[in-house]
Amino acid sequence: MQPAFSVIFFTTMSGFGYGLAFWIALGRAMDEAQAATTGWFGGLGLAVALAAIVGGLLSSTFHLGHPERAWRAVSQWRSSWLSREGVAALLSLPPLGLLWLGWTFGETGGIWSVLALAGAVLAVVTVACTGMIYQSLKPIAAWSSGLTTPVYLLYAGLTGGFAAAALASWFSLDCAWLIGLTLVLTVAAAVAKRAYWSRAATAMATTPESATGLGRIGQVRQLEAPHVTENFITREMGFQVARKHAEKLRRIALFGGLVLPAALAVVALAAPGAAALALTVAAVLALVGAVVERWLFFAEAKHAVMAFYGRR
Amino acid sequence: MTSLPAAPGAKKLGLVIDLDTCVGCHACAVNCKEWNTGGHMAPLTDLDPYGAEPEGVWFNRVHSLEAGDGAAGRTVHFPRSCLHCEDAACVTVCPTGASYKRTEDGVVLVNEDKCIGCKLCSWACPYGAREFDSDAGVMKKCTLCIDRIYNETLPEAERVPACVSTCPASARHFGDLGDPNSDVSKLVAERGGYDLAPELGYRPTNKYLPPRPKRTAETAPAAASDTSEQPTGLLRWVDRVLSI
Repeated sequence: MQPAFSVIFFTTMSGFGYGLAFWIALGRAMDEAQAATTGWFGGLGLAVALAAIVGGLLSSTFHLGHPERAWRAVSQWRSSWLSREGVAALLSLPPLGLLWLGWTFGETGGIWSVLALAGAVLAVVTVACTGMIYQSLKPIAAWSSGLTTPVYLLYAGLTGGFAAAALASWFSLDCAWLIGLTLVLTVAAAVAKRAYWSRAATAMATTPESATGLGRIGQVRQLEAPHVTENFITREMGFQVARKHAEKLRRIALFGGLVLPAALAVVALAAPGAAALALTVAAVLALVGAVVERWLFFAEAKHAVMAFYGRR
Repeated sequence: MTSLPAAPGAKKLGLVIDLDTCVGCHACAVNCKEWNTGGHMAPLTDLDPYGAEPEGVWFNRVHSLEAGDGAAGRTVHFPRSCLHCEDAACVTVCPTGASYKRTEDGVVLVNEDKCIGCKLCSWACPYGAREFDSDAGVMKKCTLCIDRIYNETLPEAERVPACVSTCPASARHFGDLGDPNSDVSKLVAERGGYDLAPELGYRPTNKYLPPRPKRTAETAPAAASDTSEQPTGLLRWVDRVLSI
């Protein structure tokens, strides 16, 4: 599939933003005195998270043919995961925005904890909807797997987790629980991504034989394509990445984006003095790794329609 | 509403495409383009039409394929267009309600005024039936010539999709596949018509008729004369006289 910049940027940035908002809101919901004791941590963190979420949402409208009609996209939540994602994203903004305002003004009290909890839940729901958009597409066999949505959730949790932990360390807040949980998510993401890749290698059930029904005669090959130049279908669904490059990028995503940040998290736990620096580097690496992972997610995915062009 | 019809009607309009008789002339694709660039989804935009890299929106694409090897091998011309599936995921993924499947006849259409051009429906279609018009910013697709088949200003014989009306080999048939007694349903039953990519479960309405078995040495009519042994001398002369 064509790795469109706007979609890669949208899914990684909104995932990161929702992950960051989730951890900050969760911390706030668990300890309602935080708003008074943590200074600018929450205000700054939620500002970054909201900027990433809104920036991501706006970038997702750039690839639309008619961005001015985007409001229509919230209407079909009964059947469409894309519509559900839009609804969840819009619902998540009021509680997270209010939480940011309240925290900035040092407000404490039960109502803010309720808002924080609502924001955290809606952050998870929105990212899950993003994953389901792709997971529900049967013609793209690699995506049509129970691993797609968990990987989206894990990446949102870990990219946001490293950033939240780095920010907390700058404010000298105790965040060992957050580092520990982010570490667990990172290991889980590495395991899930390896499983996704090994499944994707053999996932495609649609072959030139099954697509055309000519398997009854024998193996099917393309003699002549229907068109001489590229068209929308071959450009959008026929993107191919060299296996050599894909393998290199997988290693970068796995080691640079997951293993190294995980090692830095261990350093942060063992040496609290170095935590702020280690976690900041880990947060940047994790985010860059997420972009590489997301590029591969699109670029490596094969679409069933290419079977009509004789491609396997 | 992009939910599929809760109680789909009995009528399922669609095409039956005979891969045995299709000669790969692309007339169906050309006549489709010609009709539809002035029809319901008009225009079917062409970019760089007279340049080095022309490309544009077509609802019908004819692949030429080879199947099998050696004496069993075949060249098969394979027209590909919207199959108006019963489980049309292109409809259910649409976030705006622009894509819909008609209850009364099962035809899948796009309301261009509601389409935001997110392209998700094209990703959801395994048959490549939807092509994005980057000039209009909306998705376009085969309408089963909805503006011909119900068009009372056309003579009744012409109320069939443009691809069907133009096919010089009569390889394309139009009718109600929901009615077991229709001509198209009988054709499908008789010739073993099948679904494309059945493993994906989209339950296409359109059916394809397989190429008939190739005639082998045993089934082909015997050659008129056996010339494997060449006679010599007088017999050769007799043979030549009798062969005149």
